[in-house]
Amino acid sequence: MNQPSHIAVSNLSMAYGDFVVQSGIDFRVRQGEVFIIMGGNGCGKTTLMRALIGLQRPAAGTVCYDGEDFWRAADEDRERLKRRLGIMFQGGALWSSLTLAENVALPLAEYTDFPPARIAEIVSFKLALVGLAGFEDFYPSELSGGMKKRAGLARAMALDPDILIIDEPSSGLDPLTARRLDDLILELRDSLGTTVIVISHDLASILAIGSDSIYLDADTRTMIATGNPREALRSGDPRVRHFLTRGSE
Amino acid sequence: MTNAPDRAAEGEAGQQLELRRPAEDGLEIVLSGCWRLDQPLPAREAVERELTAVVRRLTFETAALGTWDSGLLTFLAGVLKACAARGIAVDQGGLPEGVRHLLGMASAVPEQKVSLRAAAAGALPARVGAATLELLRGAPAMLRFLGEITLSFLRLLGARARFRMSDMWLEVEQVGPRALPIVSVISFLVGLILAYLGADQLRLVGAQIFIADLVAIGMVREVGALMTGIIIAGRTGAAFAAQLGTMQVNEEIDAFRTLGISPVDFLVLPRMLALMLMVPLLTLYSGFVGMFAGLLVSVTIFDISLFEYYNETLRALELKHFWVGLSKGTVYGAMVAFAGCLRGMQCGRSAEAVGEAATSAVVTGILLITIAASVMTIVYYQLDI
Repeated sequence: MNQPSHIAVSNLSMAYGDFVVQSGIDFRVRQGEVFIIMGGNGCGKTTLMRALIGLQRPAAGTVCYDGEDFWRAADEDRERLKRRLGIMFQGGALWSSLTLAENVALPLAEYTDFPPARIAEIVSFKLALVGLAGFEDFYPSELSGGMKKRAGLARAMALDPDILIIDEPSSGLDPLTARRLDDLILELRDSLGTTVIVISHDLASILAIGSDSIYLDADTRTMIATGNPREALRSGDPRVRHFLTRGSE
Repeated sequence: MTNAPDRAAEGEAGQQLELRRPAEDGLEIVLSGCWRLDQPLPAREAVERELTAVVRRLTFETAALGTWDSGLLTFLAGVLKACAARGIAVDQGGLPEGVRHLLGMASAVPEQKVSLRAAAAGALPARVGAATLELLRGAPAMLRFLGEITLSFLRLLGARARFRMSDMWLEVEQVGPRALPIVSVISFLVGLILAYLGADQLRLVGAQIFIADLVAIGMVREVGALMTGIIIAGRTGAAFAAQLGTMQVNEEIDAFRTLGISPVDFLVLPRMLALMLMVPLLTLYSGFVGMFAGLLVSVTIFDISLFEYYNETLRALELKHFWVGLSKGTVYGAMVAFAGCLRGMQCGRSAEAVGEAATSAVVTGILLITIAASVMTIVYYQLDI
C-alpha cells in the first residue's frame, strides 16, 4: 500500500461561530479505498462532510485532494476539484421540479457535450444500477424515501466521479436494498477505482464495506483513528467498540 | 476481482470495435483500447446491423481492452437490450469481471413497467374539460374547509379548541405592527391620489372644500379596508400558505392528525383570529393616514385652510362609516386567512407545490376580497347604512 494519499485532511476544525463541533481531524484516504466516517448522532459527521465538499469553510486546517489545498485554491480551481466529487446527500436532495431522468442528466448536460440520446442512455443505465430502471419520468415527490436516496446516488455517479461522498447510504433502506447498495459501492470501487467516503452509523454496512475509518466522538469533540472497522470491533479503542457493539461492550 | 484501472492513463489508444463471425450463427465483439465517457460515441449501429436473424449467439473478446468506465457499460447495456429483443443468447464470459458484475446489478431489478402515473395530457378540449372539472371539484373542498373552520370556532366558544395563545400573539405581531410601514406608505399615497382626483372634479363646481368629505369617507369606508386587505393578502396570505404548505411537506400536519389534535384548531384558528383582530385595526390606521395625506395636499396645494379641512372632515365622518370600514376589514382579514390556510392545507408534497400554494393563496385571497367588497357595498347601500 504505497499509493500516494488521494485525500489528505490535516488538523481540521469545524465550528459554528464560537461553538467548536469537531477539532483535530486528521486522516488520509488512498485511492480505491472505502473510507468510513462514523459516530453517533450530532457528533459532526455531516458538518465534516460539508467541509470536505466545499459547502462550509472549516475554522482551521486543510483538506487536500491529490496534494491540492481545496480551501486555499482559487475559486476556479476549487470548482474543478469539486467536479471530481460525486455527492449523495442524506435525503437524496433531488430537485423536485425535475424528473429522475432530468435530475441525473443535469450534471451530464452541464459538463459534457454529449448528444441527448447518449445522455438518455447513460441516465437509464445509472438508474438501472441503483435499481430504478423504468422510473425515468417520475418526479421525486412520487417516490418513497429509499427510492429518492438511490436516485440521489445515481445522480452522484452521473459523471463517473473519482471520489464518491455518501451521507448515510443505508439509513431508511430495507436490509436487502441496503445490501445491494453496499455491493454497488464495492463494485464501483473495484471496477472503476472510485474512492468512496461513506458517512454512516449503520453497523452492518460499516463492517461490510469499510476498509479504513475514523470515529468522531461527540464528548471529546475530536476523532479517534480506528483503521479497518472489522479490526476495530475486535481490538479497537473501548469507545469505538462500545459503538460498534451497540453498547454491549 | 479486477484491479482498479489507472484512470490517469494518457495517450492510450482510443476505443476500437471489431466484429467477427466465429461460427455461422455466432457473432463476436472484439473490444480494445480505452472505453471511456469522454470518448466519442461508440458505433452501436454497426453492431445492431450485424445482429441479423441468423445470429443466435453473441460472445465477447476483451484481451486488449484498456481502461473503461460508464461509457463501455452504457454501450454494452444497449447491445444486451438489442440482443434480448431479438432473442439472441449472450455469453458474457469474455467480459472483464467488473463489467459483468455491474451489468448484472443494472439488470437485477426488473424495469418498472406498471405506470403509476396519471395519463399524459390529452388534446386541448380534454384538458379544458379536466381543468373545469378540477375547478368545480374545488368548490366542495372550499366548503368543507369552511365547515371545519366553523366547527373549530364553535369549539373555541365552548373553550374546547386546542391551540396555544402564544401562537396567536406571534401571528398578531407578524400581521399587525410589522405590516405598519407598508400600510402607511400605501395609505398615504392612496389618500394623496384621492385628494387630487377630488380636487380636479370638484373645481368644476367650485366646491374644493369637499375634498375633505371625499377623502375621509372614501378612506374610512372603502379604500382603507380594500388596500389593507390586498396588502395583507400579498404579505400574510402568501406566508400562511407557505408555512402550512411546508408543514404539509414535512408531515407535521399528519402528525397533528395522528395525535387527535385538529390541525384546523391548532394552526388555522390562531391565524384566522389574528387577521380578524388586526386587519380592522390596520384599516382604521390606514384611514387616518389617508386623511392626513389629503389634509397635507389640500392645505399646501389647494389653498384650503387647516381649520376648514378639519371641520369639514368632522362634519362628513359619522360613526356608521367607521363601523362599515371596520366590518369590511374584519371580513377581508377572514377571507385572506381562509384563502392562505386553505391553500396551505391543500398543498402537495414538493417544493414546487409550496410555491403554487403561495401563489394560489394570494389570487384566491384577492378574489374573495373583491367579491366580499362588492356584496357588502351593495347590501350596505340597500340598508342605507
